[in-house]
Amino acid sequence: MTLAVFFGCTFIAFGPAFGLFLFTIAHDPLRIIILIAGAFFWLVSLLLSSLIWFIAVKASDPRDELLQKGLLIFGVMFSVLLQEAFRFLYYKLLRKAIEGLMALSEDGCSPISIQQMAYVAGVGFGLMSGAFSMINLLADALGPGTVGIHGDSQLYFLTSAFMTMVLIFLHTFWGILFFHGCEHQRWWEITAVIAMHLAVSGSTFCNPLYVGSLVPSYLLMATAAAWAYLLSGGSAQNLQRFLLCLQSGASPQLGS
Amino acid sequence: MAAAVGRAWGSRRMEVAARSCRGSLPAWWGLLRGLLLAVLAAGSCQGNSVERKIYIPLNKTAPCVRLLNATHQIGCQSSISGDTGVIHVVEKEEDLNWVLADGPHPPYMILLDGNLFNRRVMLQLKGTSRVSGLAVATAKPSPPQGFSPGLKCPNDGFGVYSKDYGPQFAHCNKTVWNPVGSGLSYEDFDFPIFLLEDANETQVIKQCYQDHNVPRDGSGPEYPLCAMQLFSHMHAVTSTVTCMRRSSLQSTFSINPEVVCDPLLDYNVWSTLQPINSSGKVDPEKEVIIVATRIDSHSFFWNIAPGADSAVSSFVTHLAAAEALHKVSDVHLLQRNIMFTFFQGETFDYIGSSRMVYDMEKDKFPLRLDNIHSFVELNQVALRNDSVLWMHTDPVSRLNESVEVQVRNLLDILSNSSTGASVTLQEAGYSQPLPPSSFQRFLRARHIPGVVLTDHKTAFQNRYYQSMYDTPENIRMQYPEGLSPEETLEYVTDTAKSLAEVATVVARALYRLAGGANNTSAIQADPKTVTRMLYGFLIKMNNSWFQSIIKPDIKGILGDVPQHYVAVSSPVNTTYLVQYVLANLTGTVVNLTKEECLNPEKTPNSEKEMYEYAWVQGSLDPNSTSRIPYCVRSTVHLSKALSPAFELRQWGSTEYSTWTESRWKEIRARIFLVASKELEIITLVVGVAILIFSLLATYFINAKADILFSIPRDPGAVAY
Repeated sequence: MTLAVFFGCTFIAFGPAFGLFLFTIAHDPLRIIILIAGAFFWLVSLLLSSLIWFIAVKASDPRDELLQKGLLIFGVMFSVLLQEAFRFLYYKLLRKAIEGLMALSEDGCSPISIQQMAYVAGVGFGLMSGAFSMINLLADALGPGTVGIHGDSQLYFLTSAFMTMVLIFLHTFWGILFFHGCEHQRWWEITAVIAMHLAVSGSTFCNPLYVGSLVPSYLLMATAAAWAYLLSGGSAQNLQRFLLCLQSGASPQLGS
Repeated sequence: MAAAVGRAWGSRRMEVAARSCRGSLPAWWGLLRGLLLAVLAAGSCQGNSVERKIYIPLNKTAPCVRLLNATHQIGCQSSISGDTGVIHVVEKEEDLNWVLADGPHPPYMILLDGNLFNRRVMLQLKGTSRVSGLAVATAKPSPPQGFSPGLKCPNDGFGVYSKDYGPQFAHCNKTVWNPVGSGLSYEDFDFPIFLLEDANETQVIKQCYQDHNVPRDGSGPEYPLCAMQLFSHMHAVTSTVTCMRRSSLQSTFSINPEVVCDPLLDYNVWSTLQPINSSGKVDPEKEVIIVATRIDSHSFFWNIAPGADSAVSSFVTHLAAAEALHKVSDVHLLQRNIMFTFFQGETFDYIGSSRMVYDMEKDKFPLRLDNIHSFVELNQVALRNDSVLWMHTDPVSRLNESVEVQVRNLLDILSNSSTGASVTLQEAGYSQPLPPSSFQRFLRARHIPGVVLTDHKTAFQNRYYQSMYDTPENIRMQYPEGLSPEETLEYVTDTAKSLAEVATVVARALYRLAGGANNTSAIQADPKTVTRMLYGFLIKMNNSWFQSIIKPDIKGILGDVPQHYVAVSSPVNTTYLVQYVLANLTGTVVNLTKEECLNPEKTPNSEKEMYEYAWVQGSLDPNSTSRIPYCVRSTVHLSKALSPAFELRQWGSTEYSTWTESRWKEIRARIFLVASKELEIITLVVGVAILIFSLLATYFINAKADILFSIPRDPGAVAY
């Protein structure tokens, strides 16, 4: 589908994440380290879960379609649980890191808070997850052909890009929610994150009925975004003030 | 990385802490880098599931490649990253108008029916820019009017007739040998042309076309459309002179030379009835009769050359005659020796025979031209009308009295040998020149008396000369249904019987020519051998007989459908098999061990210069799966068949063949759907819009973060 589709899908999938990285993470080396380490943790969780799935597939009969589908569903669910487990492990690691940073700092305060670490860790998880989802698609998007000769939907690349974008956002918000839940011992927040993750991953089994996977994912993303915003110290009044500020910032320019 | 962290923290205690944990970070980093690389490499794997969703590869195809000679390039070329086009199926002439004028989505990739693959259609396609490639489906059955992409006058200019010698016969003035010839193989196309050998793949392409590309309700077809991409980029251009010059510059000056073309070369197979010293020189008084056939063919597509009538029929007959002669008891008493020669590369301006003549002239061959008493050549002997075999001679050399006497003698012996057989031998007459044959190269050097035996008097009987339709069906080889491969190998077809008769006649004539005085009725060619050879060289090379007569370490070369193209890596399968079949038919089994057989110089009494020893793997032991190998002693030798033009580095030579084949990197074909340009642009615009919007949104959110996020309740943390 050539360069146009390649760049289009790249920007759709990674544009928001790139914006987040550029403006909130890139200037602080500590955040970059946390981002990369988060990506690494996600990668290890994927490696382990794919190992389990691979062994299961090789041990089973490749011709049994139902069994293979069942194994795939099992693999996806197991991977989700493993990713959340690694998120928990990462939380533990970052807690230790915060204590270390506090001990090393001049004023006894860590240069970065656990909420910021949660956000950056979420972006890290999301970026690596997005990369694994999109990179091989993008490589094939460079060629002259588009999906469809075997009857699949032509919108495969576009919907994959949108799905990747929503997944990166979701990982970010789940990071914030999860760490907040771990921090304040609110287990129901953690279970909510796991449930949302399972729901989003499970909805992809509706594909190629893309409305069945994209719409619920975007709705869940909106929910998670609102929740994470509230947990990060936001409120409806803040939002109002922000929008007014934007308007007043815009209107003097219009007036002049 | 650790240094950057230290700078950010900015205090000595931080640096101390950083230095202490510097050891662990780089290891982490290295692993992460490696993993990231693996991620990026994931997309470039071949055959991953997304690629399988998009492309259907076409596996059973044959490309048309570029061949070059001293002045021209022929064949086809594609762009370096393949040529793509919307598929259009052309089954009748009217369908071409869509491609040439009406179709709204040029360029088109045409799926051409085999019956339309003729010169008129091809020249129309060559002239337009709306065609980006061509896929030809084999016509089943073969086109009834004949099909030959070869020239009307094969090997013109490299035979014996020129303006200095028999000008009335030069350039086929007197007889057009291949009237069906369209010369398509010798045209230069700038788009790729592939042959679709598998009817199932052709059906897949036609189905894709029916589903997506057929115009509905009068309007044009809508996107997505079914398209095909062909890769066959050739590295050589212009001519042999240019490509050999570039290759030699590369080989001389570059560390990693990028050779662009290779000369067509292989080996001639030759064997003598009475053993001669292959490293010495034969006495000038010793006379030799040369029997010659060609063993290669060609078609428009690379490595598709079944050559049933043009090559296989003649060399199988030759092999059968050699076997019959070797069984004669008084072979060692014959006055003259007989040399059975199988020339390779004759299709391309007589590569093998010109090299042998050159070697004989330059004393690099055991024989000299003076040793040659007479020359008998077999050329296309399978399609005989009423069992008549025609004897062609060169009228110009027969003007010389002494040559005329010898030719007369030769013709009489041949005619006498056919009495009692069902083959009738007739002379083609004084007014006819020689057909294209290896004998013409020998005549160029010396006026040797000789005859060429063919199944045609004037024009070829073979209407599929040098085409992909010169198949066993063309020489009327038919097997009954339901036979296993072993039974098919042994079944004696009518074609085999008729070729065996020709071989009998030739063997008897050769015996007489060589001075044999006894009754020739005992000399008989064996139809069983002929039918096994025909099966092996035309239908299935990988049969039990061939497997039993080859060396153990080359048993992997026996492919499926035999093709007889001369190619550039030598020796090709055909040469190997002719060599080993000849060794099996004319050699003797000797009682040597494997070490003695492989190292005959160490064995006393082996006469290494006279004989060649081969350790062959033998047939399967009936009870077990192992084979019983043995040693064969024969007089079969190989001699290099590379045109003298490459030895002399005269790449623009008009005297010798200068054919080369271009090199290439990848040749493949695949089909897929293409989306409309509008959808692609929409995707790009949406992507750019999302990128810009998200950058703006993030910037503003970040700038006003203190408004959006109130100070956190936790006093220990630092705010944004």
